[in-house]
Formats: sequence, structure tokens, C-alpha cells
Amino acid sequence: MKQEQGGTMISVQDVSKTFTLHNQGAAVIPVMEGASLQVAAGECVALVGASGAGKSTLMRMIYGNYLSASGRIMVGEVDVASAEPREILRLRREVLGYVSQFLRVVPRVATLDVVAEPLLAVGVTAEEARARAADLLGRLNIPERLWGLSPTTFSGGEQQRVNIARGFARQYPAMLLDEPTASLDAANREQVMQLIEEAKARGAAIIGIFHDVEARDRVCDRAVDVTGFTPAKVA
Amino acid sequence: MKDMTDIGTGPLLRVEGLAKYYGARVGCEGVSFDLYPGEVMGIVGESGSGKTTLLNCLAGHLAPDAGQVLFDRAGQLVDTVTMSEPERRMLSRTDWAFVHQHAHEGLRMNVSAGGNVGERLMGLGARHYGKIREQAVDWLGRVEIAEDRVDDRPTAFSGGMRQRLQIARNLVTGPRLVFMDEPTGGLDVSVQARLLDLLRGLVREMGLSAIIVTHDLAVVRLLADRLMVMKSGQVVETGLTDQVLDDPQHEYTQLLVSSVLQV
Repeated sequence: MKQEQGGTMISVQDVSKTFTLHNQGAAVIPVMEGASLQVAAGECVALVGASGAGKSTLMRMIYGNYLSASGRIMVGEVDVASAEPREILRLRREVLGYVSQFLRVVPRVATLDVVAEPLLAVGVTAEEARARAADLLGRLNIPERLWGLSPTTFSGGEQQRVNIARGFARQYPAMLLDEPTASLDAANREQVMQLIEEAKARGAAIIGIFHDVEARDRVCDRAVDVTGFTPAKVA
Repeated sequence: MKDMTDIGTGPLLRVEGLAKYYGARVGCEGVSFDLYPGEVMGIVGESGSGKTTLLNCLAGHLAPDAGQVLFDRAGQLVDTVTMSEPERRMLSRTDWAFVHQHAHEGLRMNVSAGGNVGERLMGLGARHYGKIREQAVDWLGRVEIAEDRVDDRPTAFSGGMRQRLQIARNLVTGPRLVFMDEPTGGLDVSVQARLLDLLRGLVREMGLSAIIVTHDLAVVRLLADRLMVMKSGQVVETGLTDQVLDDPQHEYTQLLVSSVLQV
């Protein structure tokens, strides 16, 4: 999908979210209300707010692994809040990338293939996909001798870098980044900053959570405080 | 290829109001869903929830008491419940495949590994021995069984190898829809991982659709695009796999997800 620089790519419109805990007396917990934000192509928006304010919740709602109670979440032409599973699957394959904080993979798959997988899923040849994966793993300083091993045995920082490489393997028009620089040293942090800047330069719309204020100030064009989306306490 | 999940194309399988009763007891009831080309759907629920009954009704192993199981044939949805027995048997030899939990139910234990794979080809009329053997060896390779084991019987294989052999036997004829009943059940964890990786690769390369029955939420997390949660014969929740697991809506699903150590 070609994206015009400056056109709205992600649009969250008056979204709310409640959790109903059936096994705890069916307690209904409103966690978000009136959440709205827009992200244009080529723009990076930071979600800010205290821990527990709902940054990750909103991000998961945009990715579609949390259901929205009301409102619309447009990513490209798909309303994630109401789309069928297969529409969301296609959106994730072709349009919307997500770098989560945790790497979740089939245990014995080699790191190179873990990173190449998003490319294989859209029909890129194995050779081309592996070349791109190798390039990213190299940039993120994962030693080549580890590429044939499963990342499940790697250190936390290494897993995080594999996760980032996988997230950036495809050039998605929209991306969600959950703490992409956490637990990285200065050199790798710089690489991730550059990957984000490159993605912005080619027109990707990005929403990120960064506790690293310096990183946030460098790549984000503006911040949205999710505290404003917290429902008034029910008495 | 995954791109085959085009929004424009019609469903490969459409199930409407499917029900099966054992006397007064409900096996499964009111089950309706569409499955599209390239999609993998997981059916989860505890023992006795009706998931295996449902799978057997879908695959034509059990006659449902109500409902339709419509399968795409050259762009036309055909009801497989009402079709003739020989027609349905032909379907399960060509477009459909069934992977049993216990490999010995899906294999002929006194026939060589190569024979097990070749037999399905011969069932479709292949007669050239050399070509059948060649294809059998090719498929054994794809499921990571060494060529020098082609003449061994499955009785000499480990549990994981038997399961991979069963998969080769099923996929050699290039089916479009694979039914799997607890395909990784009873295997130890490292063997499970290997099988999951294999299945994922095959589903992607062959553009297969699959319906997988399992009680293992970690398996569906890695393998299934969509989930259907069953309880007492009813579907209580459906949705995208990670949505159902991360934000379960139904009381029973919440209990199921919170009962697992980590998925």
C-alpha cells in the first residue's frame, strides 16, 4: 500500500474499553473512555502517562488483540474495532506491524527464520527474506554464529533485538512499538532509533511507548497523554 | 501462500447449524462458521466439551443430526452431509485429510513408511511404482524422515516420527483442508515444537486450511489464526486467536485461560 506523506493512517475515534472479570464476581472495570487520536503517514506519536494509565491497553486495541467496547479504530481502510478476524489477519500481514516487549516463537526455529517469517508470509522468496533478516540481525549486533539457533535460549536483550529485527523485516505502512529501546545498550539503541527514523522517512505512521525520554524526544513528533482517556472513577 | 486469504474469495467450508446428539445428551449443537482458504482454526475446550464430536461430524466420520457442512468444489458449495457415501469417501481421499491424535489410527502399522505414503497416491490411481516411491521419499524428506527409513515399518518409529509419517501420508495428495485431532497430544515438548514448526511451514507453503482440535492453548497460540471455544457442546466464544487468549470475554474462556501456567 502506497501512503501519501501526511495523510491520516491511524485514526482512533472515541474508543472505550471495559473488562468484565467473570471469575471475580463478574466485576466490570471501565479502563478507557473517549480515546481519540490521529497519526499521519510519516509521523511518530508517543503514548505517555503513568504506569497503568492504559498505554499498552490502547496499543493492543489498535492491534486487535483487545476488543473495543465502542468507537472506531481505523488503520488504513480497516476498522479494527469491528473487523472480522480474517480482515485483521490480513491487516497485520500487509499493513500493521507490532514490536511487542516479548518474543513469542515456536521453540526450535532458527533466529534467521524467525526474523524472515513476516516476509515469507507475504510471498517474498526465502532467499530474499533471509537476506533482509541477515541485514537486520547484523545491524542489531546479533553475532552470526547465533543466527542458526533458536532465540528462546538468548538473553533478554538479545531476544528484544531479534523481536525488533522481526518487527522491521517488512516495511509496514503502520507500526506499533512497545518500549523498543528498553534493555538495549547505547549502540543498539542508536540502531533502533535509526530504524524508526528510516521507517518514518518512507512514510510509516508509528505509535510508540517509550520510557526512554531521550529516545522519545528524538523520534516522536508529539505525545498523547492517555491519562485523559481514563474514565472518571465510578463511586 | 497466505495471500490466498483474499477477502474477495468465498469460503472453503461453510458450516450451518450443525448438531449431534447422543440420546438426550448434546454432543454438539448450533455450530455455524465459515473457513476461508489458507485459514487455520483452532477448536479448544476441555475433555467432553464436544470438540472431537464436532470434528468428526465435519470430517464425515459421524453423521450429524442436523445442519450442513458445505465444501467448495470448483466455486460451488456442496453439502457433504447429504452427498453419497462414495462421493464423501472420494473427498476424504483427495481434498480432505485427517490427522489422528494416535498415529496408529491413521497409519497402517504393518506396511512400510514408503508404503503408507504411497498407498494414498495409489488410491487416486497412481500405478507407476518408481514415481510413487520417488514421491514417498520426497514427502518423507519434507517431514524430516531420512530416506534410509523408507522401508521400515512405523512400528519401528518413535511417537514423533509416526506423527510426522501420518502427516506425510495425509498431505501427499495435496489436500485443501486438513482436520487434526490433538496432533501434538502425547508427544514430549521438544518433539511437539518440531511438529508445530513443520505444520506451520506446510500450511504456509501449500496454502492449506486446517481445523485443529486441541486442549493445549500454547499450541493454538502458535498455529491457529482463529479460535472457537466450546463448552458442553456449544460454541461459547470465537475470534482472533490472540484476542480470545489475551482478552477472553466468556466466563468459561476466562477460566480456561487463567488456568494455564503460561500461554
